[in-house]
Amino acid sequence: MSHKGLDYETLNENVKKVQYAVRGELYLRASELQKEGKKIIFTNVGNPHALGQKPLTFPRQVVALCQAPFLLDDPNVGLVFPADAIARAKHYLSLTSGGLGAYSDSRGLPGIRKEVAEFIGRRDGYPSDPELIFLTDGASKGVMQILNTIIRGERDGILVPVPQYPLYSAAISLFGGSLVPYYLEETANWGLDVNNLHSSVAAARSKGITVRAMVIINPGNPTGQCLSEANLKEILHFCYQENLVLLGDEVYQQNIYQDERPFISARKVLMDMGPPISKELQLVSFHTVSKGYWGECGQRGGYFEMTNIPPQTVDEIYKVASISLSPNVPGQIFLGVMVNPPTPGDISYLQFMRESKGILESLKRRAQIMTDGFNSCRNVVCNFTEGAMYSFPQIRLPPKAIEAAKKAGKVADVFYCLKLLEATGISTVPGSGFGQKEGVFHLRTTILPAEEDMPAIMESFKKFNDEFMEQYEDHRGYSRM
Amino acid sequence: MRRFVSGVLSSYQKRSLSHRSLRFFSSTTSLSNSDSPSSSSSAAMPTPVTLETINPKVLECEYAVRGEIVTLAQRLQQELQEKPGSLPFDEILYCNIGNPQSLGQQPITFFREVIALCDHPPILDKSETQGLFSADAIERAWQILDQIPGRATGAYSHSQGIKGLRDTIAAGIEARDGFPSNPNDIFLTDGASPAVHMMMQLLIRTEKDGILCPIPQYPLYSASIVLHGGTLVPYYLDEATGWGLEISELQKQLEDAKSKGITVRALVVINPGNPTGQVLSEDNQRDIVEFCKKEGLVLLADEVYQENVYVPDKKFHSFKKISRSMGYGEEDISVVSFQSVSKGYYGECGKRGGYMEVTGFGADVREQIYKVASVNLCSNITGQILASLVMSPPKVGDESYESYFMEKDGILSSLARRAKTLEDALNSLEGVTCNKAEGAMYLFPRIHLPEKAIKAAEAAKTAPDAFYARRLLNATGIVVVPGSGFGQVPGTWHFRCTILPQEDKIPAVVSRLTEFHKGFMEEFRD
Repeated sequence: MSHKGLDYETLNENVKKVQYAVRGELYLRASELQKEGKKIIFTNVGNPHALGQKPLTFPRQVVALCQAPFLLDDPNVGLVFPADAIARAKHYLSLTSGGLGAYSDSRGLPGIRKEVAEFIGRRDGYPSDPELIFLTDGASKGVMQILNTIIRGERDGILVPVPQYPLYSAAISLFGGSLVPYYLEETANWGLDVNNLHSSVAAARSKGITVRAMVIINPGNPTGQCLSEANLKEILHFCYQENLVLLGDEVYQQNIYQDERPFISARKVLMDMGPPISKELQLVSFHTVSKGYWGECGQRGGYFEMTNIPPQTVDEIYKVASISLSPNVPGQIFLGVMVNPPTPGDISYLQFMRESKGILESLKRRAQIMTDGFNSCRNVVCNFTEGAMYSFPQIRLPPKAIEAAKKAGKVADVFYCLKLLEATGISTVPGSGFGQKEGVFHLRTTILPAEEDMPAIMESFKKFNDEFMEQYEDHRGYSRM
Repeated sequence: MRRFVSGVLSSYQKRSLSHRSLRFFSSTTSLSNSDSPSSSSSAAMPTPVTLETINPKVLECEYAVRGEIVTLAQRLQQELQEKPGSLPFDEILYCNIGNPQSLGQQPITFFREVIALCDHPPILDKSETQGLFSADAIERAWQILDQIPGRATGAYSHSQGIKGLRDTIAAGIEARDGFPSNPNDIFLTDGASPAVHMMMQLLIRTEKDGILCPIPQYPLYSASIVLHGGTLVPYYLDEATGWGLEISELQKQLEDAKSKGITVRALVVINPGNPTGQVLSEDNQRDIVEFCKKEGLVLLADEVYQENVYVPDKKFHSFKKISRSMGYGEEDISVVSFQSVSKGYYGECGKRGGYMEVTGFGADVREQIYKVASVNLCSNITGQILASLVMSPPKVGDESYESYFMEKDGILSSLARRAKTLEDALNSLEGVTCNKAEGAMYLFPRIHLPEKAIKAAEAAKTAPDAFYARRLLNATGIVVVPGSGFGQVPGTWHFRCTILPQEDKIPAVVSRLTEFHKGFMEEFRD
């Protein structure tokens, strides 16, 4: 008998089905090349600090003081930390029961959940209940918890946008459910057409799938589009009609780069619609400290807010959360400061505003540089990044290239991205990792490389792309939708 | 399908089994509806998220450590705040959970210094910082920051954790065990619990996959097995021999499971034990390793209490070390070791730091483990840094060594004293026997309840140990976890109490508990 209690053949099949391209083949190849000494520009994941974005000063000061409370007793602490950071640290420490080293309530510290509720109330104009807000180690854990609660088996379907952030497809595979895709319209700025929703649901039901929930990512990842209020209303109506719970991934709500469609939360639109829908439509909204202008990915801080979820279900979700004991407390404090930033008059206010604005405005400029850079290539069409942190250009590949990819045993966009990586060191994620229409290829890159590096990066891309097209073009036209 | 022992089954009785069966039937009904062609063509009847339609495994899993008794305690605490003096005690004493710093234990200063500096690196450039932090903490912070690309502690790291920190941890494991450790075998996680979940996810395919778990056990295991749809195969620890682990019992349970068509995949061993506190002898550990090798089981070694050993005649030995010392390498046995920053003398529960060291798996399996880890991107960086500090603390000669050692020794010797004091106090109670806590953070006394008490519990539709625990809470404010939350031999009753209240609170705990118990035994005397 083999000693191996666990070999590949006896692994959980659901684990084998999981795919997560963001840290998949391209990333692994890029890491290999980096070890060999090649300079790699990692644009595969929304990880701002890894590309030189500096953390905001104030929250770091607050958390550092909370980590080392003995500093607060030192008479010289004021030489190194501003008074408002000191006061804020004392405030958050008072909300804990034993400091940062104690497990908090499994839902997160009540005091911070209250601050999150107040933030939501200010943002949306409707009160939010702290008891229905659960803090988590990053939004991803929250998404997994909710999907695990909903999915009973493979006959349970979850509506997911295509293209999507592959946490959703991975989680659905892991929990043995079915992904029900609804396609976003690339030619309509990645817009969401309710007719697509209807046809997706009908197709799923004809296969015997019970559609349970719908995911929206707003602003979109990888697509960046910001949903209009009208669109959100349609979606809410749809979910209400079809008895679906709406899962609103709103982690990029701070990242808005145009004025036509500012961020509106799904909850606000729902509440605006009034009863009965506002009292019945089930909604779970997700947020994080990893994105926005904060970019504190490594802290693993986030929350989900439940609307119209029955109390007993909330209890069950609480029960499962309690098995993991509690979300990490420093991450909770980052969340607290995020929803309660310095206000005018605070010592740190001007610096905080300067840092935040600087990052946001730069992101907006970089979004434009990238979009324009991609669009300047004749075989590339790129929708403008209205929000979030990514650019998702469509790369039109000639038939010869697609053939060469097949020969190499690779999907066409994987083939292209690998060649791009080896030629330029730019590490992207092939569009197939997010889902796309058959025969249409994309890649996802972030808009996060430093602004001063952007022109050179886009030039490097263009040079590679033009050479690639030279090599594979046969002047008889190339793939298009 | 009943997947757990009767001890835990009794905790279900609180939730009224018949109500649960009803829920179970209604969810299967809606599943079969979707099978029928008529409903698939109709526009209606996908169901919203209610108790009837959520994942039944969520409904089924239980976790008593933060269960019913804690909810009650929180209510009482609120009452105390709103109406001081309204209850027969001044404060709630949470002895239900291994959460040292919530009960006054101080963090290790050196660790917090390093973490604070890593949280806000710009202060390293200020001269005033030298006056606020010890020099070796500053040096260690620089060392760690240099291992992080761009010194960006806010960036997602490698999905297994920062390489340099894994190097440090591997070196720490090697120094501890005398056998090499590969940094690529280490997966840093948000506490040890997520790592346990990951392994259950990999191992469990269907309910025909079984995991051998000690009874009593820390209910993360039972909950995780239920959540992942597997079967818990219990093996009973022997209370009469200090919670001894008999290989014959392992063999018996394994055969029993096989005869029922269960494929047993792994063996969970918690050493030092939770809730039982026993530290395994080396001989015992060798027998366990042989057993796993012979039966082709993955050895899941929960070693989070490795620094909590209170008796001079026992020592912690990691299962990996034992395996290697027996000449067994990667080809011979699969061992997964779990460690955490939450316990020991550091007690940093709120940081969520930990790791698993995964050895004896093929490359294709390890790829899958990496893949699952990558979906969550990475564990929190502070927790990662702490894990590396725990596995590589100040050494003799370092500036902070003296104060570090004093803090560590202070905490550990205090824990040993409290373990003894509480053990003696419990053993002095009528009808209570309590095994020694050789390690970990808990006492798990057995209460021999009078027949009258058992009947009263039945009448209140509660398990007898839960009945006792509730009475204890209402009378004294002390929160313990009923033994049924951990599993116990049917017909025996226990509760788990931590040894964590600060030393100056222990006399009050002892006297309140003693007084309550006397009264309880009087009330229910046959």
